[in-house]
Formats: sequence, C-alpha cells, structure tokens
Amino acid sequence: MSAPKQPSPDSAVWKGEYRRYDLVKEFVIALVVVSLLTVLLAAVFSSSDKKAVTIAQWSRSDPTDFVTTGLSELDGTSTTAMYGPPYNHTSGAGQKIGPISLQRLAGVRIPVDAPTDLVLRPLETLTPDRPDLRSALGTYQAATSAKQQHWADAYAKALAHAQFRNGQLNVPPGDYGPVSPMMAGLLGFARSGGLDGALVTHAQFYATDYTKPLLFMADSTYLEGLAQQDHLLGGQWGMTNETGNYPGQPWLWLYTFWYQISPFKTSANADALIWSIMAILTLVLVLVPFIPGLRSIPRRVPVYRLIWRDYYRSVERPRAGPTTEA
Amino acid sequence: MTTPVQPGGTEGSSWTGALRRAGLRALPPEQLLPDEQPVYVASWVYVFGVATIAALFVVIGSGLLLAVEGPTWWHTSSVGLFFNSLHLWSVELFFFFMVIHLWAKFMMAAWRGRRAMTWVTGAVAFVVSIGAAFTGYLSQQNFSSQWIASQAKDGLNSVGIGAFFNVLDFGQMFTWHVALLPLGIVALVVVHVLLVRKHGVVPPFPAKTDTRSQPPSPLPTARDS
Repeated sequence: MSAPKQPSPDSAVWKGEYRRYDLVKEFVIALVVVSLLTVLLAAVFSSSDKKAVTIAQWSRSDPTDFVTTGLSELDGTSTTAMYGPPYNHTSGAGQKIGPISLQRLAGVRIPVDAPTDLVLRPLETLTPDRPDLRSALGTYQAATSAKQQHWADAYAKALAHAQFRNGQLNVPPGDYGPVSPMMAGLLGFARSGGLDGALVTHAQFYATDYTKPLLFMADSTYLEGLAQQDHLLGGQWGMTNETGNYPGQPWLWLYTFWYQISPFKTSANADALIWSIMAILTLVLVLVPFIPGLRSIPRRVPVYRLIWRDYYRSVERPRAGPTTEA
Repeated sequence: MTTPVQPGGTEGSSWTGALRRAGLRALPPEQLLPDEQPVYVASWVYVFGVATIAALFVVIGSGLLLAVEGPTWWHTSSVGLFFNSLHLWSVELFFFFMVIHLWAKFMMAAWRGRRAMTWVTGAVAFVVSIGAAFTGYLSQQNFSSQWIASQAKDGLNSVGIGAFFNVLDFGQMFTWHVALLPLGIVALVVVHVLLVRKHGVVPPFPAKTDTRSQPPSPLPTARDS
C-alpha cells in the first residue's frame, strides 16, 4: 500500500496572515476608471474610418490599371486566376510546409473562375442593350484558346501606350479582335458603378460575400498603392498598423515580424511557414505549465521578488532579539 | 415537473439538487466571493487582471451599442463614430491590460499548485481575443477592412483555414465577430475566474529565510471547505 500523496506546497491552503480584500469594490473602481479612460481616449483621438474603395473609384482614378487588371483576369494571368485552392484548381498552385500542402488538402471550397466570374459574366449582363458587346463576346468565346491568347497579348502590349481621353481608353491600332470592345465595355461598366454590384449580386437579392470584388481589386496595383500610403504593406509591419495615425493590432507584432526577415520575406511558402511557426508558438504559450525548462524560467528570473517584495521583506526580516530594559 | 414532498425529503433525489450541491462543494460562497486574501496579494500587478475584465465589459457594452444600429451606422453618424471610438480604445486597453496580466502571471509561475488549467484558459482566452479583434477589423466596412482581408486571406488559405473561414465574406466575419467569438471569450473568462477562485491566488516562491512562525501548511483547514 503506497503512502498518500502529499499535496504540493503551492497548492496548500495559506496558513499565514490574511488581509481585507474587497473584490467587488475593486472591480467597480476598475470599471469606472477604465470607462472614463476609454471615453477620454475616444473623445480626444476618435477613430480612423478611411472610406472603402469601390471598383468605380478605382476605374475612374486609374483606368489603365483597371483595364490591365481586367485583361489579366480574362487571359488567366492574374494572381486570382492562378491562385489555386480554395478558389480554383490551378496545377501546382498552393503553399507547402515541407512536402505537405494543407492549402491543397482543403480543396476548392470557394470557386472563382477569374475569366468567367470577373469579366465574361458581368459583361453578359450588359448584352441585352449592347448588341456590339454581344457580338464581341460571341466572337471571343467561339475562338480557340490560342487565338484568345494572341488577342490578349497584343492588347496587353498596346496598353503600355494607351491614353485615356473623354471617358475612353485609346490604344494604338492592332490585332486585338473582340478584346478591345470587351475591355472598353468592362471599363464603362466599372466607371458607372455597375461592376461593383454585378460582382456581389448572385442568385439572391441579399448578399454579404465580397470575395469576387475584393479578389479583383487585390490583383491591381491601385489598392496596393493606397495601402502603401497608409503604411499597411507587409514590409511595413502591415497588420499592426491602421489607416492614419491610429493603433492597429500591435498584438500581432510577432506574426508580422516573421515577414520582415529572411528566409520568409522572399519565400514562396512564407505564409504557410509563418502560420506553422505561430501555431507552434501558440501551443507553447498555452502549454507552458507542462514544458520542463520553460516553466522554470520564472523561478530563475527574480521578477517575482519585485512583485511580492512586501511579502519577502516581511518574512526575510531578521528576527528581533530579546529586548532588555535599561 | 412538481411532486409533493416532505420538507427535507428530496435530498439526493433530483438533478437540480445534485447540481446545486456539486456547485456548492466545488465553490462555496465564501470561496467564490471572499472578502479577504492572503497577505501576499498586495501588488499593483494584481490590478491588471481585474482591469482586463473591466475593459472587456466596456468592449462588450460599446459593441452592443454599435450592434443596436447595425454595422453601417458609425460611418454616417458622429454619435456612431464616437461609439466606434469607444469600442476601438477599449479593445486597445483590453489587450494592454491583458498582456501585462499575462506576463505578470508568467513571472509568478501562476500555474503552480494545480493551477495549470487557470493558465491554459487564460492563454486560450488571449488567443481567441486576437481572433475577435481581427474579425472586428474585418467588419469595419472601410478601406482598412478591405486591405486586411486581401492580405490575411493568403495566410489563412496557405494552411487550409481560408477554405472554411473566408475573410472576404463580410457576413461570415461579422457573425464571428459579434456572436461566436465574444461568446467564446466570455465563457473562457468565466471559467478562468472560477478556477482562480477555486484554487486561490498562487503563493510566492519560498523565501530565502522564512522567519514566520506559521509557514504554509499542506494540511486542510476550515478554509478548504
């Protein structure tokens, strides 16, 4: 028969002195102080609210960038078109951790076919009133992939010399087939504000899913330029910041830190590797009490003596010797 | 369901009574809301735990006020902007207090003495809070939300989470922000605080020379009950 297990001294009930401690009063005072501090900070500093960018705004501010992005969606060369899971089945796409690609394992659960969803289908909504566009779309869709690519390549080269005048994007003459009227139609649709709605609205009236318009805009250089002005890029410690001079999410500093250093800042698998590191570190944080060595650090770093300095001062005070009366 | 019983005759026979007795056994009222603490509980660092909970109250209160008018209100109303500012700054204070609390508890090795679950629930609450704040930034419906969503998707997609947790879907993120994650945080904080009350505040490491006449004793006393 084994001896009964003695409880750890740390779990023993305190047999020393107690002091009055009013938990409810402490909480009420804390609540009042924190509330007042919050009101003060809100009144003095307010909060940031830079308006959301629309596709209409983007296409009006930088029509060449918009058309360039639209063309890359159409010919399948945009980031979204070649993204892989969860949006599409691009061969070989998907980040890896060693030999494993969790991205590919999760599969395509949010299907986005860039040419169809971001260009062709929105243009088709215009065809009832635009026979010229209906004809252009018909020609494009009836052509071979090679021919489509030839038109797109030629138009992409011409865009370098494009000029925007009187609401029209003018490119030098060339063999662009139906791509030129299609891109002109897409630009006009975007500038009117129609494309913003067309990319959100699907089979139902109510919609809250902005996946398609956000993917479209994220493929542009326009959105990135705006983010750079507000020091929001990954290389600028992006997520720890906020638009304007407001605090963002400083608690994400460690996550953002990895993106600033090699090999992560140049790795094609940076996101997957950094997420893996953060998952391990998070697990370590949660399981500190069970990790030998790590759990002993506080005992070796005498910060606790500062926290409990009154206690140690009282228990480590030399005993007073017997007093003698003169 | 009601059944006539003699006074005192239901002891041990109902689920409700069993639950009440189990609750009282685990956490008697004087342990749940004590009005005294061991003498070593005397440092400003203890304030940051309760300050974190106070900030959480302000976060939830300001969030509820924003929820009354809906997610677009604060973009068009100066009153709404003020409430949004309250929400933002209370979140910043919440994290500030929580991080100091966390570091202090680490330096005190507050998991000692069967208090590991107290640490675990606190650490998980910290992680879930990061998720709640993140979905809040995604729910702002402004440029910040757009940019954060477009960047964060790559990290989440790279490990397969993005296939199920779509940061580009405002509806999904808003629901997580106003319902699922706050419920998770509140539940974790409640369990965390109950564990603190059940196991008490972790005692100091042994002193170099303890001259007290009554050192901590492992023997149970009336205060155990």
